[in-house]
Amino acid sequence: MNPNWKKIAREHLAVLRLPPEREIEIIEELALHLEAAYEEALTDGLSETEAEARTIQSYDWRLLECELSRAEQPLAQRALQPSLELVERKGGARMESFLQDVRFGARMLVKKPGFTLISVLTLALGIGANTAIFSVVNTVLLRPLPYKDAEQLVAVWEVQTKVNQTMFSPAEFLDYQTQNQSFSEMTAHRLMYFTLTGQGEPEQLNGRIVSGNFFSLLGVQAEQGRIFQPEDGRAGAARVAVMSHDFWQQRFGSDPNVIGKALTLSGEPVTLIGVMPSGFQHPSESSECQIWLNPHNVVPDWSLNSTVDLLSIRDTGFLRVLARLKPNVTLQQAQTDLDAIAARLQQQYPRPSGHGARIISLHEQTVGNVRPTLLILLGAVSLVLLIACANVTSLMLSRATERNKEMAIRTALGASRSRIVRQLLLESLLLASLGGAGGWLFAYWSVKVIVASGLSKIPRLSEISLDYRIFVFTLIISVFTGLIFGLAPALVAAKPDLNSALKEGSRNATAGRNRLRQTLVIAEVALALVVLIGAGLLLSSFGRLLAVKPGFNPQHLLTMRIGLANQKYIKSADKKRFVSELNARLEAVPGVESVGIGDDLPIAGTDSSTTLKIQDQPDASSDDSASVGLHVINPHYFDALGTRLLKGRVFTEHDAAGAPSVFIINETLAHRFWPNEEPLGKRVRYNSADPWGEIVGVVEDVKFDGLHLASTPHLFEPYQQNAWSFLVVTIRSPLEQSTLLAAVQREVKALDPNLPVSNVRMMEDVVAQSLATRRFVLLLFGVFAGLALLLATVGIYGVLSASVSQRTRELGIRMALGATARNVGRLIVGQGLKLILSGVVIGLVSALALQRVIGKLLYGVSPTDPLTFTVIAFLLIAVALLACWIPARRATKVDPLTALRSE
Amino acid sequence: MLDKEVKRGSTEMLILALVEDRPRHGYEIAKLIGERSDGVLQFHVASLYPLLYRMEKRGLIKGTWIEKTGQRRRRFYKLMPAGKKVLNEQRQTWSDFFIALDRVAKINPA
Repeated sequence: MNPNWKKIAREHLAVLRLPPEREIEIIEELALHLEAAYEEALTDGLSETEAEARTIQSYDWRLLECELSRAEQPLAQRALQPSLELVERKGGARMESFLQDVRFGARMLVKKPGFTLISVLTLALGIGANTAIFSVVNTVLLRPLPYKDAEQLVAVWEVQTKVNQTMFSPAEFLDYQTQNQSFSEMTAHRLMYFTLTGQGEPEQLNGRIVSGNFFSLLGVQAEQGRIFQPEDGRAGAARVAVMSHDFWQQRFGSDPNVIGKALTLSGEPVTLIGVMPSGFQHPSESSECQIWLNPHNVVPDWSLNSTVDLLSIRDTGFLRVLARLKPNVTLQQAQTDLDAIAARLQQQYPRPSGHGARIISLHEQTVGNVRPTLLILLGAVSLVLLIACANVTSLMLSRATERNKEMAIRTALGASRSRIVRQLLLESLLLASLGGAGGWLFAYWSVKVIVASGLSKIPRLSEISLDYRIFVFTLIISVFTGLIFGLAPALVAAKPDLNSALKEGSRNATAGRNRLRQTLVIAEVALALVVLIGAGLLLSSFGRLLAVKPGFNPQHLLTMRIGLANQKYIKSADKKRFVSELNARLEAVPGVESVGIGDDLPIAGTDSSTTLKIQDQPDASSDDSASVGLHVINPHYFDALGTRLLKGRVFTEHDAAGAPSVFIINETLAHRFWPNEEPLGKRVRYNSADPWGEIVGVVEDVKFDGLHLASTPHLFEPYQQNAWSFLVVTIRSPLEQSTLLAAVQREVKALDPNLPVSNVRMMEDVVAQSLATRRFVLLLFGVFAGLALLLATVGIYGVLSASVSQRTRELGIRMALGATARNVGRLIVGQGLKLILSGVVIGLVSALALQRVIGKLLYGVSPTDPLTFTVIAFLLIAVALLACWIPARRATKVDPLTALRSE
Repeated sequence: MLDKEVKRGSTEMLILALVEDRPRHGYEIAKLIGERSDGVLQFHVASLYPLLYRMEKRGLIKGTWIEKTGQRRRRFYKLMPAGKKVLNEQRQTWSDFFIALDRVAKINPA
């Protein structure tokens, strides 16, 4: 008796609750199948029981139920489920399929070299620019300063009313040094130029006099010899010097035997005791320091040969101060500590302008100024990368349309959606890695160019290198980029409409993609506009800076430094004699129009400042007795600079020693102290020990500290009444620089063969140098803006031309129905214009929202400058329309007949 | 070695191919797939009928009860024009696929 197969089948199928007729039919068929299998088993020689068991066991009833319930659902149009299985090895299948994907992806990229090249180039530019800027940010902002436990190092500045950063006097420095509870050490240093003689040509050295604990505070050691010890900082210590590595190399050919040798610096014997390692830099100063000297008497000297009792000086500040915080002391705690000391000092030594001290971390001190600049650059360059991503996404989307059929076949062959997404993402990541590799190369040489160009005066730029952090950064942004531009196309491509895709010619699937691509174009235009507006604002800010009246005429103006820091010139009278002789000799040189001798170079910064005291207004206007820049000058100083005299007179030869003290002031000083009064004839002084002097002239403001800064008060006195050791000579002459310089050097040598002439520069170069960083930022921003514009234009072009080719048929019909070429062209341009305008609106709003960010970099231009916004927006629209024009032209060339036949 | 992705879903083509020259019933189809592939392709017989029903619904094949003398009636499946088209497409696809494989990986299906 055969088993009742129908009954067995019915029992298993009952759960499905199929319609009765359908159930009967299925049961009959299954029963037949089972019976055939059963009979086959019997034929194989099994017993009835065995045959029945084998038949039932071989049947996977659960699978049947499951499959049947799906199959019998009305909506059975789903992809076929796995129903075959291979007899195969399982091990390593996953890895193998991954490698297979990689190989396949690589093949796909090779197959479309144009697409690959454009994508990789776009990405390489975006990633490379980001890597380059990030490497600058990394070096300058993120890496700790090259000193031991650099986070503990701080700079300390004297603060007075209206002046939030000035230098300490020796007595004040000592007060803070002994009274503070917050610092493990505190050190002072002072910039000084030395004249090196007795070693061939005299040379002016850029040096510092520093406290004995200077190097130990920084936690650095000498490469050769030793650094200063505490003994070197005691009163009456012998002069010793530590050299920079570069100076040791240049001047002494890295000879280790120079340690212990004696040098003559500004006429004073000094013993060399050490060489600093290469790369050691004096903290937070842009100019390279060549030599460090210990102080003669505890604190750094005012000048090398001075015999003044330094430690009692309380009112003249010339010391810069560094300190190391004790472990676990915060900046805030240290500041509170210093405030308390300042309050005590104010009681002890009352001063109208007050006492105060301010702490700033050395890192902030060094790089704080450039932080906003660098972060804005990083922001701009990341927008460029986003635009690049949008472009590549758009390219991938249009490729996804081309690959519709491929995806459909893969799906038909049973590929799951996730598998296809994986494959496409892998292709994106491959592209991104190629782009990343290209970007790395691009960054490598652009960083070299940036550093070599010397375009910028950004601090620490010389330390730059592409380290592991940069590598990780590039890696991360590459992967990130790959995911950004790969995800959307992958998701879109992975759900092809099988039937229509295989049938070809369907437009359904592409509609969504077009929308996505249009959104991308809008985003690109918006992002590009933000970058362009940034560049536009910087450009117009730079233009205003160039238009600033510097208060002098930089053309045909040769400048140089001469240091009288030599024992021959200890006495004032010797300096004065030298200066008047030099003046006479230089003026006699044929071709020289005028000779200015002073102590500071315009633009390059003021070295000395003082507190102005006004006769009959003692301390009353304490608030106003702010610090003023102090300069000593010769009579023709303003002639040489080309600075206009506004009132009164300039100095003459008669304003000499013994004659009544006289001063000239600048416009700002006149306005600040005598807003409604005649300043001429007022009597002032800055040193309580000196007699009052009369103001005899008012000159226009000279930008001593930089074009971008507001003018500050400046006071001038005749060199013959107050001789200083450091001279800045400015010579106005149409002569060629080298001819003129040779003549000047001849004259200086004739006066004193041991005096070096240094820092020879044309004033125009000094001005250009002062704008170097801004020029550099502007240049970078300009490059980014250009890239952004280019990429956005390419994006618009790509979308519109894809749209034109897709709409060929429609355009053909329109033309067949009577549309003119003009109508069709307008249709396409209109489509583009809609995208562009949407982008522009979003871009304008975003730029407005970001105004505060860029405001810090601007001079004389509002970050919402309507002119810039308008001009840039129109520029962008014009260029973008150009990108629409080419596809629009092609659209007008559509031949209706061909178009209609094309399907 | 065939990838998992490839071996999925190919049953449909196998079935279409088997009923191409003459109608066959379910048991026969299952036996043929096993025999002709020398056991490389193992079949979950349980999923055969549901698959047949689905293909029938899509109009690729059509099942008819046929009674032959001396036998019980059986349901024979025959290829429909739509099935013929899909079969040809799939053959083309697979052929393209193997040509591509051959070109790239030197695998000859023959």
